[in-house]
Amino acid sequence: MAPSEFLVNYFPILLFVGIAIGFGLLLVVSSLLLSWRRPDVNKLSAYECGFDAFDDARSKFDVRFYLVAILFIIFDLEIAFLFPWAVSLGDIGLFGFWSMVMFLGVLTVGFIYEWKKGALDWE
Amino acid sequence: MNNFNPVEFSAVFPELFMAVAAMVLLVAGAVRGNGLTAFISWSVLATFAITAMFLLGIDWDSRTVMGDMFRMNPFTGFIKLLILAGLGATTALSVRYLYEEAMARFEYPILILLAGLGMMIMVSANNLLTLYVGLELQSLSLYVLAAFRRDNARSSEAGLKYFVLGALASGMLLFGVSLVYGFAGTIDYSAIGGSLATFDGMPVGFMVGMVFVLVGIAFKISAVPFHMWTPDVYEGAPTSVTAFFALVPKIAAIAVLMQLLYGPFGGLSAHWQQIIWFLAVASMIWSALAGLVQNNIKRLMAYSSIGNMGYALVGLITGTPQGASAVVVYMTIYMIMTAGVFAIIMCMRRGERAVESIDDLAGLSRTSPLLAYAMAILLFSMSGIPPLAGFFGKLLVFQAAIGQGFYTLAVIGVICSVVAAYYYLRIIKVMFFDEAAEPFDRQMAFAKRAVIALSVIFVLFFILKPNMLVDTARHTASALFSG
Repeated sequence: MAPSEFLVNYFPILLFVGIAIGFGLLLVVSSLLLSWRRPDVNKLSAYECGFDAFDDARSKFDVRFYLVAILFIIFDLEIAFLFPWAVSLGDIGLFGFWSMVMFLGVLTVGFIYEWKKGALDWE
Repeated sequence: MNNFNPVEFSAVFPELFMAVAAMVLLVAGAVRGNGLTAFISWSVLATFAITAMFLLGIDWDSRTVMGDMFRMNPFTGFIKLLILAGLGATTALSVRYLYEEAMARFEYPILILLAGLGMMIMVSANNLLTLYVGLELQSLSLYVLAAFRRDNARSSEAGLKYFVLGALASGMLLFGVSLVYGFAGTIDYSAIGGSLATFDGMPVGFMVGMVFVLVGIAFKISAVPFHMWTPDVYEGAPTSVTAFFALVPKIAAIAVLMQLLYGPFGGLSAHWQQIIWFLAVASMIWSALAGLVQNNIKRLMAYSSIGNMGYALVGLITGTPQGASAVVVYMTIYMIMTAGVFAIIMCMRRGERAVESIDDLAGLSRTSPLLAYAMAILLFSMSGIPPLAGFFGKLLVFQAAIGQGFYTLAVIGVICSVVAAYYYLRIIKVMFFDEAAEPFDRQMAFAKRAVIALSVIFVLFFILKPNMLVDTARHTASALFSG
């Protein structure tokens, strides 16, 4: 395969990158040009986890945010495994089915543990 | 791979049993709480015993199962038995300690069980991914164990330090694996060697990958210069955890190193021998020198374990069945001696509190002579004085190195061993000739007595039947070289 022919295979990716950059720029620029801006204290203050975005990193924080985040990630990843599994279930057969059931069983054990330990109670 | 084969299944049965037991015990503990700690500890001990029986019951013929991800042969079988013995000893030792130190939470024995499962998996790995999964299961459990006394600043520091550095080492290992995969096109142990043979000369990227994998494992066996975590973690972690760290994960990591170096990286021995040579020399010298100025006995044992890994690497570097069997013998003897020493360290309690300075042992020969003599025998053995077992471990290792022409390495090893003897003998001097300190608390759990007694008996009487262990080691090590 000649080098140029090899590169041609990547043309759709180049196209995709071009469109992504163009579309991203379009959104940012149009919101700069077209939007109304009326800032107030509440709009400018931090939200979500309650941190100021630009501040000293060495401040106290509530560790429970992170506990919840970590517990969330476990089940988030479970979903990430479940999607490809569900799509390919026809090909992987009974072996694939039971493999996933075992994986879910292990996760459930972890879930029982965290529930009983009270990791899911906020107070 | 899609059809399920019961014969294949038998090879992974011990590990499956451990995994299921861990989950059942975890749920039991979660439902019933910390009142079950003692029950769960003894159940974990029973799990190790039953797993060992399953392991002895299955066929040890060389084979790979689970789509070539998992390997069973006499070497992995023997190392796994050794690991189970170490796990059993540390679990038995720690039950009373957990209550004495008011840290009896049911997670402790379960974490030991999970770490053990990780080690069994990494020893049986026939694929770099299986290796990584096993290694991480082991490491994550060990990080938590190091920080188990979480209200103690030292223990939390140990856990954090171990976690940060361990995660870095795991990252390096994974990076190395990715390079090996990129250049060899496979991560299967058996296929990597064959894929290398198709290149003329060695791709540089592959070598870089191998070096990173070696760095990751050198961290786990705490070879100098990747040893920085060891003294702090050994000192900060609860003593029962330190005993566990010194005994078991080292054996698993050395076994993994042997399988990698003689298997997939076997064609590159000229390259890895230089690396292992440096690690061995640096570990031996640094542990001999740094051990001289320690006053905390757990820190001293950390340097001692660094040095012992150096001696094991001396046997490992030869790349011959003789050297490999010497390493197996050395690690077995090391594990048994260290178990005894840590059982004695765990007896060092005064007024219901653990003490861990070397001066606290002063005059032990007058206050509890039996303990002092047991410690003296074990320390003489560790410093390599004949006719105790430790001498033969070192003898076999140096013999293998001389046989392959590693004269400088053997000479440095012997000199370091003499220097290191000073710090073992210093403890004996403190115990027998110094002004007696307050006596230790009298009560001693049965498990401690049993471990000390077995360890001393092994060290004393190894000379009568050395061939039992040496022949077994030769048989197991030959499996490493038969493909």
